[in-house]
Amino acid sequence: MAEYSAFALLKNALSGNTDWKPAWRKAAPKPSYDVIIVGGGGHGLSTAYYLAKEHGITNVAVLEKGYLGSGNVGRNTTIVRSNYLLPDSIRFYEHSMKLWENLSHDLNYNVMFSQRGVLNLAHTPAQADDYIRRGNAMRHQGGDAEWLSAAEIGRRVPGLDVSAKARFPVVGGLLQPRAGTARHDAVAWGYARGADRRGVDLIEHCEVTGFLREGDRIVGVVTNRGEIRARKVGVAVAGSTGRVMKLAGIDKLPIESHVLQAFVSESIKPFVDSVVTFGAGHLYMSQSDKGGLVFGGGLDEYNTYAQRGNLPLVEEVMSEICAMFPAIGRLRLLRSWGGVMDMSMDGSPIITKGPLPGMYLNSGWCYGGFKATPASGWAFAWTIARDEPHAINAAYTLDRFNRGVLIDEKGQGSTPKLH
Amino acid sequence: MSGRRSETGGLIDRSRTVRFTFDGALYTGFAGDTLASALLANGVSLFGRSFKYHRPRGVLTAGVDEPNALVTVLKGGVREPNIPATMLEIHDGLSAVSQNRFPSLAFDLGAVNQLGGKLISAGFYYKTFMGPVIGPLKGTRFWMLCEHFIRRAAGLGKPDFAPDPWRYERMNAFCDVLVVGSGPAGLAAAKAAADRGARVIVADLDQRMGGSAKWTDDTIEGMSAADWAASALKDLTGRQNVTLLPRTTVWGYYDGNTVAALERVTDHKAVAGKGEPRHRHWVIRAGTVVLATGAFERPLVFPGNDRPGVMLAGAAARYAGEFGVLPSGRVAVFANNDGAYRAAAALKEAGADIAAIIDVRSDISAGARALAGRAGVEPMLGRAVVGTAGGKALSSIRIQSYDAATGAVSGEVRTLDVESLLVSGGWSPAIHLASQAGAKAIWDDELQAFLPPESPGSWIGAGAFTGTFTTGGAVAEGQAAGIAATGGEVATAVDDTAEDDIDLRPAPVFEIRADGKAFVDLQLDVTAEDVRLAHREGFVSVEHLKRYTTLGMGTDQGRTSNVPGLAIMAEAQGAPIPEVGTTRFRPPFAPVSIGALAAERFGELKPERLTPMHDWHVEQGAVMYAAGLWLRPQIYGQPGETVEQAYVREAKAVREAAGLVDVSTLGKIMVQGPDAAAFLDRVYTNVFSTLPVNKARYGLMLREDGLAFDDGTTWRLSETDFLMTTTTANAGKVMQYLEYFLDVVWPDLKVHVTSVTDEWAGAAIGGPKARDILAACVTGTAVDNAALPFMGIVHGEIAGVPVMICRLSFSGEMAYEVYSGAGHGQPVWDALLAAGKPLGLVPYGLEALGTLRIEKGHVTGAEIDGRTTARDLHLDWMLSKKKPFVGSMMMDREGLADEDRIKLVGVISLDNRPLNGGAHIVEELDRDNPRDSIGHITAVCYSPALGKYIGLALVKGGKKRHGARAYTSDPLRNRFGPVEIVSHHMFDPEGKRMHG
Amino acid sequence: MIITCPYCGPRDLVEFSYQGDGNRTRPDPASTDQATWNDYVYDRINTAGDHREIWQHAGGCRVHLTVVRSTLTHEIRSVALTRDAGHRRSGGHRRAEAGDSTGPVSGSAEAQP
Repeated sequence: MAEYSAFALLKNALSGNTDWKPAWRKAAPKPSYDVIIVGGGGHGLSTAYYLAKEHGITNVAVLEKGYLGSGNVGRNTTIVRSNYLLPDSIRFYEHSMKLWENLSHDLNYNVMFSQRGVLNLAHTPAQADDYIRRGNAMRHQGGDAEWLSAAEIGRRVPGLDVSAKARFPVVGGLLQPRAGTARHDAVAWGYARGADRRGVDLIEHCEVTGFLREGDRIVGVVTNRGEIRARKVGVAVAGSTGRVMKLAGIDKLPIESHVLQAFVSESIKPFVDSVVTFGAGHLYMSQSDKGGLVFGGGLDEYNTYAQRGNLPLVEEVMSEICAMFPAIGRLRLLRSWGGVMDMSMDGSPIITKGPLPGMYLNSGWCYGGFKATPASGWAFAWTIARDEPHAINAAYTLDRFNRGVLIDEKGQGSTPKLH
Repeated sequence: MSGRRSETGGLIDRSRTVRFTFDGALYTGFAGDTLASALLANGVSLFGRSFKYHRPRGVLTAGVDEPNALVTVLKGGVREPNIPATMLEIHDGLSAVSQNRFPSLAFDLGAVNQLGGKLISAGFYYKTFMGPVIGPLKGTRFWMLCEHFIRRAAGLGKPDFAPDPWRYERMNAFCDVLVVGSGPAGLAAAKAAADRGARVIVADLDQRMGGSAKWTDDTIEGMSAADWAASALKDLTGRQNVTLLPRTTVWGYYDGNTVAALERVTDHKAVAGKGEPRHRHWVIRAGTVVLATGAFERPLVFPGNDRPGVMLAGAAARYAGEFGVLPSGRVAVFANNDGAYRAAAALKEAGADIAAIIDVRSDISAGARALAGRAGVEPMLGRAVVGTAGGKALSSIRIQSYDAATGAVSGEVRTLDVESLLVSGGWSPAIHLASQAGAKAIWDDELQAFLPPESPGSWIGAGAFTGTFTTGGAVAEGQAAGIAATGGEVATAVDDTAEDDIDLRPAPVFEIRADGKAFVDLQLDVTAEDVRLAHREGFVSVEHLKRYTTLGMGTDQGRTSNVPGLAIMAEAQGAPIPEVGTTRFRPPFAPVSIGALAAERFGELKPERLTPMHDWHVEQGAVMYAAGLWLRPQIYGQPGETVEQAYVREAKAVREAAGLVDVSTLGKIMVQGPDAAAFLDRVYTNVFSTLPVNKARYGLMLREDGLAFDDGTTWRLSETDFLMTTTTANAGKVMQYLEYFLDVVWPDLKVHVTSVTDEWAGAAIGGPKARDILAACVTGTAVDNAALPFMGIVHGEIAGVPVMICRLSFSGEMAYEVYSGAGHGQPVWDALLAAGKPLGLVPYGLEALGTLRIEKGHVTGAEIDGRTTARDLHLDWMLSKKKPFVGSMMMDREGLADEDRIKLVGVISLDNRPLNGGAHIVEELDRDNPRDSIGHITAVCYSPALGKYIGLALVKGGKKRHGARAYTSDPLRNRFGPVEIVSHHMFDPEGKRMHG
Repeated sequence: MIITCPYCGPRDLVEFSYQGDGNRTRPDPASTDQATWNDYVYDRINTAGDHREIWQHAGGCRVHLTVVRSTLTHEIRSVALTRDAGHRRSGGHRRAEAGDSTGPVSGSAEAQP
């Protein structure tokens, strides 16, 4: 398949754009594979890509019940960052960040990763210390973080209320300069195309309805398009983990499904450059290349598998964004949507072998899954290929909860709605 | 289309002339005009430039579906971008400017983008801009350089940063029946429901209610539709049980029939009335929702279909009927259905010059022929418009023979000079709200449209919403809906026969394929070729199509483009339209102002919580500090003092004489009942059932998972009454935690908990002179060591106010907490101060409070941060071994018992420089390449008692490191320095002072 | 979403605080079976369908409600006072002062409106 480049664009433009080929094949399922990945979202696709690229395992199928990228990779606020507090988190997300920084080249697909910075606003000296602790933690593990004064923030983000009369005055902010945003759909499509080019079968509209077992061992899946056998089956179905794992007889997991709403304003000329988060509530905002302000807040805070949220959260988010940007009141909300999150019991993910022989599980991303896409696939591929975790996901086990080896960034304990 | 004002007709008020400006030029219109109708009447045809190619664009529609004519309104000294001219009512002084053009609308440099049209087709971004893999532009840099320019070119209107000057308002409303839409169906439904006694709300997004009745030439119940609507509205206006909400867009349909609507209260006024908000955010809880939201006309896709002068046929009819504005010059109509013939006839009779009707069909109904006759033209059947000409306004169209079966155009090209081209490609019911409510749309081959499914009961559809496109049918369905919504029986089938004997089923033609750019989404410049390119590249499902091409992602939300786009994709796939799929609509139905949704919280995000002594603190010049929602004194600074000097002075005074601090913010919960003591034994790690009456005890709570949760003292006021105090930050969480256990887990316990945080004012007085001061002002009780030992409680009076005093200490000094009724906090505070003045009592703030507790090694939220255990904080002495408690079985798991966890220690600066919270601790300092953190500092101060800068820290291994030298490493603030790790008990470790 | 509180009537979602999965049974406090405790604290059935869950009417009477609600559509099937719901998801607690083990508590109603 042809490389994408400016030259290819020009050549195709001259022939009326009629020679472009599908970005990936519409594969039909074969009777068996070395590896099946259940879930054609960002993590499933990147897993398939790295299985092929890093481990030479190309006899792989990705099974997607809808269209590729129809899950959370296509419904998020596109933020990429590694500004975490705890060592296990920083190690993993820094790895992801490094993959992001070369991803467009690696995939020959412009995922539009733009390192415009993520700025966390602090509103009290105590919160500032807390953020500085986090920034220092990042710096001690080779990450990038800077502390900005309120005045510096005012210059960087015009329109932000940094005045002392603000209800929650800004006292400073933690900036991760290498963080930013990417074009979420392009990430799914780029990985899909990359995996396809390496021989992976991407099978859309193929819903897993059961698992094939030999004794305890998982040896394949039952789908609406027939049975497919595999030596190894990886499950990466954020938002549907509970449902899919029940098909394998796993009735309970340290996960609850919750809905996270996100919002886009009408398209306007440049308004804000960095990603900015509000410390006196829960809000993050950036502006897309098309001009829409993209923002979101907390969860609706009840279990759900429906991709729909409710009004109180909408009002809360709008109130907070108005508190940050007093000009924003007259701008208009254009779209909202909801994504279903696997909220884990400590707010951190699970990338592990098991829980059944022949099975591998990737889940529990809460609402941090998008930025993890490269490293999640990379580490999951490693775990599937070698039957053991890589150092970056060694901590992301399923038994860590019972063992009390928690990775609790927010310190909220086993109350998933608070992570 | 540009236009001209007809001599008569329309619902505008011709007696009131309105002056406004557009792009700086002064125009006039009439009261009741929209900016679109007024400018059209002035002969303006060019309204804006398109998103990507900067092509000149006019007005396509007359309503909320407008993709092209977006303007920026300048009002109140601020800019409001992206307002559709079709929804913007003019008023005196209105100033609007066009968007996305430079330097001017007529001459736009961005139009150069048209030259690169094929190069910047759908998805081109993904295929380029990756840049070099090495060199200064490697990684993401080349893309970011390109993106810088792309971002400036993209975007529609230009915003500004001036704070929004408007006020917004929220309104809760409740009704039996909410009718959305006030056309014939909506009005009929409202009337029927109101007649049956229901509380009814009718909302309509237009300035004038009546929907299509305002411009259709149909009759209803023997009168003109407009008269019928006027009389129905008059009737409804007078009723107690009916609320009419014009200019109100119902935009969100949430669970439980909770419906959100936005009322534009003053946008149409030059000056807002007293107290009027700009917008009102309605939250309506409706028993039943009647969806009478009508339908949107679709354009046809053909080369040059975006030229100013091309307008929807129905929109032209509306401009004539509602605004008295006729299309100027010679007018052609291009359609695939009979409906457009009615527009042609009505326009002709209103005075327009209809030059031709071009129809893709080779045969039409008798009714359509009759209408063509009324329009004065012989329809050109089996023909299609294959191109348009003109610069910034339409001058001519090209017509060829068309075969509707194959889609082929052929034969001689005929050019027709026209200024206006009215198009109609069928109708799409406005099913958005039903879709939001969870309904799955069903494709109807007859009507070539997605229709809503059967009513689920929570909502009922009526009129064009259900595909009933006749006025008579709409009225009948509306009546039926109004009756059904109020629980009545409806038997009669709706007669949906068209009044003019015309056939409302459009031919399944969506696109005329010929040379030239044919636009599907006019706002975002998505062409039919872009859709085919998406197909070629495999982006075939509806969501992939949208995301790859941006089809339907504009401010008009694809109302005029969704179905044509799907149809073109379906044709490319050789599949029926429903197989491509339909988009699930989500809120909002139309853009809503963000400020309106914040409403009263705009500028007042959360309330401030003030203690009873707040005003006094402020009067004393205290610097107030936000602790959650509370405001607390940080320091009581004296002139010329730095913060450090102030808190050191205050803390010293506490250690040397006495200090007074406001502790009213502490959480306070009454725990009462025969089982109160047993309950406390379960939720605290230590035992409370053995606590004597009039004694207090320090308690620790864990979470269910065994980690530390909160601490505080609890006072036993009687056998069955306890006053529990919590940290300020966790007051609400502890309350919920207690309630959960009582209501859900142990309902057998006879205990009641009540939050009394706001009922008590609290003043803590501590220091060597504290007892003397108390003795000087307390009456009714002794306060000596016998009467009031450590952790003892007495009741007495201060300044005539009953008080409760407990001897306990956070500062490490001999100290007392004095509680009085919140309303009496100030006199007690004043009396304590007065009594203490001769003895050197000073008020102190949070900084000194922190200093005193750091010296003592007492923990707060900085250490109990949700990740630490009791053992980490050396609170294991509080973990009872005699009884189970919440968290007792979880707290010893391997990960929590690990000796290498970070644990509480003290740190002392060895270079006599201040420490900083958030700094990390390392064994070996490396400023350039910081690494190997062993912990972090949680709290810092200058300790006047020790004469050193000290802090508390959480460090790996904890006690094992006592006496070790380490370094603070704070690259973020570029501060590094040597420290000694010591016990967290840094001052008076034996506690002699507080027991003294 | 509107939840009908048995005391206060139909009230908006904004008044309620979600208190999580209502299918869990708290082990007997005296239980030393770590696996049971782990299961209680961390494992969830996370139903896709009708889900039994606890809500507190935090902005109202503060009572806890056992709600059965579809996690697919958000339709509410039933609401009952948790005290009355036959939902004593708790083992009994050894009363510290008396040492009398009450064993698992029955679902009998003792709540008074």
